[in-house]
Amino acid sequence: MLTKRVIPCLDIKDGRTVKGVNFIKLRDAGDPVELASQYARENADELVFLDISATEQKRKTLAELVLKIASEIDIPFTVGGGIRSVKDVSILLKNGADKVSINSAAFKNPKLINEVSEHFGSQCLVVAIDAKQIDNNWKVHLVGGKVPTKIDLYEWAKEVENRGAGEILFTSMDHDGTKNGYANKALSKLSSEVNIPIIASGGAGNISHFIDTFTIGNADAALAASVFHFGEISIANLKQELKKNQIVVRI
Amino acid sequence: MIAIIDYGAGNVCSLKFALERLGVKSELTSDPKMINSCEKVIFPGQGSAGKAMEKLKKTGLDLLIPFLKQPVLGICLGMQLLCDKTEEGGVNGLGIISGDVLRFSNNVKVPQMGWNNIYNLSTPLFNNINEGDFMYLVHSFYVPLIDETIGQSNYNGLYSVAIKKNNFYGVQFHPEKSSKSGSQILKNFLTI
Repeated sequence: MLTKRVIPCLDIKDGRTVKGVNFIKLRDAGDPVELASQYARENADELVFLDISATEQKRKTLAELVLKIASEIDIPFTVGGGIRSVKDVSILLKNGADKVSINSAAFKNPKLINEVSEHFGSQCLVVAIDAKQIDNNWKVHLVGGKVPTKIDLYEWAKEVENRGAGEILFTSMDHDGTKNGYANKALSKLSSEVNIPIIASGGAGNISHFIDTFTIGNADAALAASVFHFGEISIANLKQELKKNQIVVRI
Repeated sequence: MIAIIDYGAGNVCSLKFALERLGVKSELTSDPKMINSCEKVIFPGQGSAGKAMEKLKKTGLDLLIPFLKQPVLGICLGMQLLCDKTEEGGVNGLGIISGDVLRFSNNVKVPQMGWNNIYNLSTPLFNNINEGDFMYLVHSFYVPLIDETIGQSNYNGLYSVAIKKNNFYGVQFHPEKSSKSGSQILKNFLTI
């Protein structure tokens, strides 16, 4: 049976791992390759690397880091941050990334989704969506959640699916950094509206939050950062608890 | 030397690294002479079936691969292209293994993405692999159960997670991304 996935997310800035608390305050949490290998050993199902410093100058550094990660770890990983073109995607995939995650660029140029999935297959394309509730409606936000748009979360999710996204990484800006749990209501609705896997992101604080997002939120995967980086939750322990709660996981 | 067939498939780098971790050198190549002379050939896969077949035809590899005599391992799309035809754009494959590749029904999320158990394993490809071991899979299309099935998995029903005919092996999962068990399968292939 297909298992639910647990995905540590490593935010990368200048080649180091950081975690944004509500995307603004940054804390250092170590060397990405070392952390990645450790998570792989602990049975993490996948890894996500988000380059939050992704500017043109940093692009080469990121490509080199991806190569280093690919040589060391034997589980799948996704790379995101500042990807704007088919060429950007091509470089990262060639260097060993299994998937790329595109956020703002996909929103500004939705055709990019079609192009990437036609070139490399939808299996390697994650579209990341940051959203926040405004007057009880979930609205897509851009640039790491700083810029609101008028577009509805579900509407955009359906469009990215139709254009060829293989997966959606949904971050609730209302939950991110709070450690109060994932946006399970929105996640569950998202899962019923689209037929591609959904990765829940934003809000993990304890083990019951993971249980809830897999059961109530119907998420296919759950992503978290600081709870793993600072050792508040161990992946091994988390998976045992998930299993006890009848959630199918790889142990 | 191991040849990894180069036809512009996405992430072949991981495969090269996985082989390196096993202490084996590989060469990414589309040169027929080189491919012919290698003791093992890996036919990787990622991307779309149509684009892949186009590239193979351009380089004449579509005519070479079916006549290879050494062990060949198709991975993911590489496995699917060993078959006759795929529902992915109605593309014709290499026709080495008869059977059609189908799309998962929308009763389940498509693509299947993640770790799934493999069962009913046979042939030395699965030496030291336990029934129920987990492999990493990402795919929207699948090979149903056929005579050549040597491993099964379940996603909205049973399907072929591995197939074999003569010297041709195919696996739907990514051994290069499937942690220790995946590495064991690559090791097994290298000793076939």
